[in-house]
Amino acid sequence: MTAPTAAVHRVFVVRELGIALALVLLVGVTFAVNTRFLSAQNIKDLLLGSTILAILAVGQAIVIITRNVDLSVGSILGLAAFATGNLFVGNPGLPIPVALLAGIGLGALCGAVNGGLIAAARVPALVVTLGTLYVFRGIDYTWATGRQINAADMPHDFLALGTRTVLGVPVLALFAVVVLIVAGVFLKSYRSGRELYAIGSDPDAARLYGIPVGRRVFWAFVASGALAGLAGVLHAARFGTIDANAGLGSELNVVAAVVVGGVAIFGGSGSVYGAALGAVLLTTIGSALPVLGINPFWQRAAVGVLILAAIGLDRSLAVRLARRLRGGSDRGR
Amino acid sequence: MLALQRVSKSFGAVAALRDVDLELVAGEAHALVGENGAGKSTLVRILAGVHPPDTGTVLLDGEPVTFGGPADARAAGIAVIYQEPTLFPDLSVAENIFMGRQPRRSLRRIDTAAMRARSRELFDRLGVRLDPDRPARGLSIADQQLVEIAKALSTNARVLVMDEPTAALSGVEVERLFAVARSLRDDGAAVLFISHRFDEVFDLCERITVMRDGRRVDTAPAAELTVDALVRKMVGRDVATLFPKVDTTPGDVRLDVRGLTRHGFFEDVSFTVRAGEIVALAGLVGAGRSEVVRAVFGVDKPDAGEVRVDDKPLPPGDTPAAIAAGLALVPEDRRQQGLVMELSVERNATLPRRWALSRAGLLFGGAERRSAATWTQRLQVKAGRPTDPVATLSGGNQQKVVLAKWLSTEPRVLIVDEPTRGIDVGTKAEVHRLLSELAADGVAVLMVSSELPEVLGMADRVLVMREGRLVADIPRAGADEESVMVAATGARP
Repeated sequence: MTAPTAAVHRVFVVRELGIALALVLLVGVTFAVNTRFLSAQNIKDLLLGSTILAILAVGQAIVIITRNVDLSVGSILGLAAFATGNLFVGNPGLPIPVALLAGIGLGALCGAVNGGLIAAARVPALVVTLGTLYVFRGIDYTWATGRQINAADMPHDFLALGTRTVLGVPVLALFAVVVLIVAGVFLKSYRSGRELYAIGSDPDAARLYGIPVGRRVFWAFVASGALAGLAGVLHAARFGTIDANAGLGSELNVVAAVVVGGVAIFGGSGSVYGAALGAVLLTTIGSALPVLGINPFWQRAAVGVLILAAIGLDRSLAVRLARRLRGGSDRGR
Repeated sequence: MLALQRVSKSFGAVAALRDVDLELVAGEAHALVGENGAGKSTLVRILAGVHPPDTGTVLLDGEPVTFGGPADARAAGIAVIYQEPTLFPDLSVAENIFMGRQPRRSLRRIDTAAMRARSRELFDRLGVRLDPDRPARGLSIADQQLVEIAKALSTNARVLVMDEPTAALSGVEVERLFAVARSLRDDGAAVLFISHRFDEVFDLCERITVMRDGRRVDTAPAAELTVDALVRKMVGRDVATLFPKVDTTPGDVRLDVRGLTRHGFFEDVSFTVRAGEIVALAGLVGAGRSEVVRAVFGVDKPDAGEVRVDDKPLPPGDTPAAIAAGLALVPEDRRQQGLVMELSVERNATLPRRWALSRAGLLFGGAERRSAATWTQRLQVKAGRPTDPVATLSGGNQQKVVLAKWLSTEPRVLIVDEPTRGIDVGTKAEVHRLLSELAADGVAVLMVSSELPEVLGMADRVLVMREGRLVADIPRAGADEESVMVAATGARP
């Protein structure tokens, strides 16, 4: 049975490798057109630009792996960003870790609302989070009442978080890396992490197996919300100016990044690493197209083509894998 | 060791179990036999902690226990192998075996290497070669069943419950499974074995419980029973009186299936159905019966073979053409395949005729209502209003709506897959009366059924499938429980 095994491993690797390859290709071509694309400054900009999307994508991937979806992340980001700014307006001397924790906590609370509604009322996540998308944004608008919080309202140290680098790497990107590794290890090496995959792979079998499906899905949404909250705080630090529109419409970008990153939309497979790579790829496209002299209006179409390509690749890999497993199995009949 | 006392369980209006007692003893293999629908699988699910019993108690080592869920039952040492494998297709075989109980190393991380090694040990013990790292997707049913067995073994269960584990296994694999079950039993575990194959039951088990219509009929040592006695206890009623089969003279060949093959599902299936004839397609679960009728109806495209209706070939894999030629299929799973649960009774009943009933492409309520009323009245569907969603009806009435839906197309060939599964006795009789009437009107009826009394009571001819092949064609006069069961199981009495 070694032949099919090798095929299986190849296919599993191919998913993330394919995105990485597309990324290298894109960067390579753009670099050939304009060598300044790979200047230290531009790489730093790319990393900074990817950070928030990547953190959201990691949270979204956790949810999508369980065969659910969280459309409210953009609104949670906006709410957390505004809350952070507001906190600094009220308490100028507030320590930064407290602001971070407050943002994460608010996000987790929003996620708990999502997860609670989905687990308790057994309503599809798509509908629940579409609803909370508007509810959270509405709360944000009501709270902000047209106000805008400016850089001057926030402590210098906090804003420095958005620009400071360690050994040339932006601090913001380090947040994303830590989140990515923690989530990656959890999903790969912990029982409850594997149970999330099991739930997405076959929810009925998971129930029959005694996996606490409702509880696991609830915590997946709490994690997604908390990460959106973290993204909100980082958003505030990076841009310095916050109004109630922060993160508006970003949920679809996030889902796009996750799908492009090889996480199956019907759950059960994919990794947070792929999702994060997807986020980096989408951000890179955004900045590469102007360099390549392509009308930036095409950017959205390019993202769309990528999603279709990712799904097409997925499908053809699945078909090929099924054929190999059938043909190569020594017990196949 | 594990016992049920006066356990009852109902689903909606259907009583699946009524006052059932069962006692499993350490070091003994206990068989549970009964027709499909006798309540065996419900009993398994109660033992597995999936369903709580409505009344009665589950006793473990003499103490009453309440399982909050399958995890509780497993923790109590009860391992269950279900009839249908329940694997996670995206996860590896090893993970499927150890889900929730993965061996761990430092920091409570999963020890993948240990998990792989222990999977290999289990497969060695079962004597099979399966790669622990491959995903469960694409495994044959037999291999999936082996993974389930490995899963049950890995828990070091004190009680092993097997719900028809052998339906998809070959002789050698069955022998290995039995060897494992015997060694578990000899180590002091209690085994509950459910099977339709009597030779296996007598081979493995010391004690046999017979169930019928949700009740326990008898429990006796295997040595005191014969196959004949078992079948009598299982069926337990005069078959002929329940089924109002009208004798008809078969007319011309309506449906002619020649050499139909879909690799991996069924091979070289040929048969005919004449006008006015009811032909039953019998066999064990997983023998490929539903797959055959799906291919005949054009839902799945066959790899080889031909389907002819009234001597005209049907294009393969083309359902609209099949409907146009006068075929109708009432599928096995009415919730998933037969009805749109949210739509109203009348909408459902007229779905296949929505073009015939429309004017200039628009559907007007009046035509729909009239057509629906005709058929729902003829079938005596009991619904509050014709505009109520189908989901609010009982199982039996849902089945009638499915029938109404297809009968309104006035089919020449009617294929029904498990027409009376999960519906009460009264509705069953009505469905049978209806099928009989249709045949008398000259419709060719092909009926897939796992219920032997239904097959024997209704069919003019019984076709039997085993492991994807048509193995017998028995005329009504020669068909009895034994001849059909022998053909379906391949057993020598």
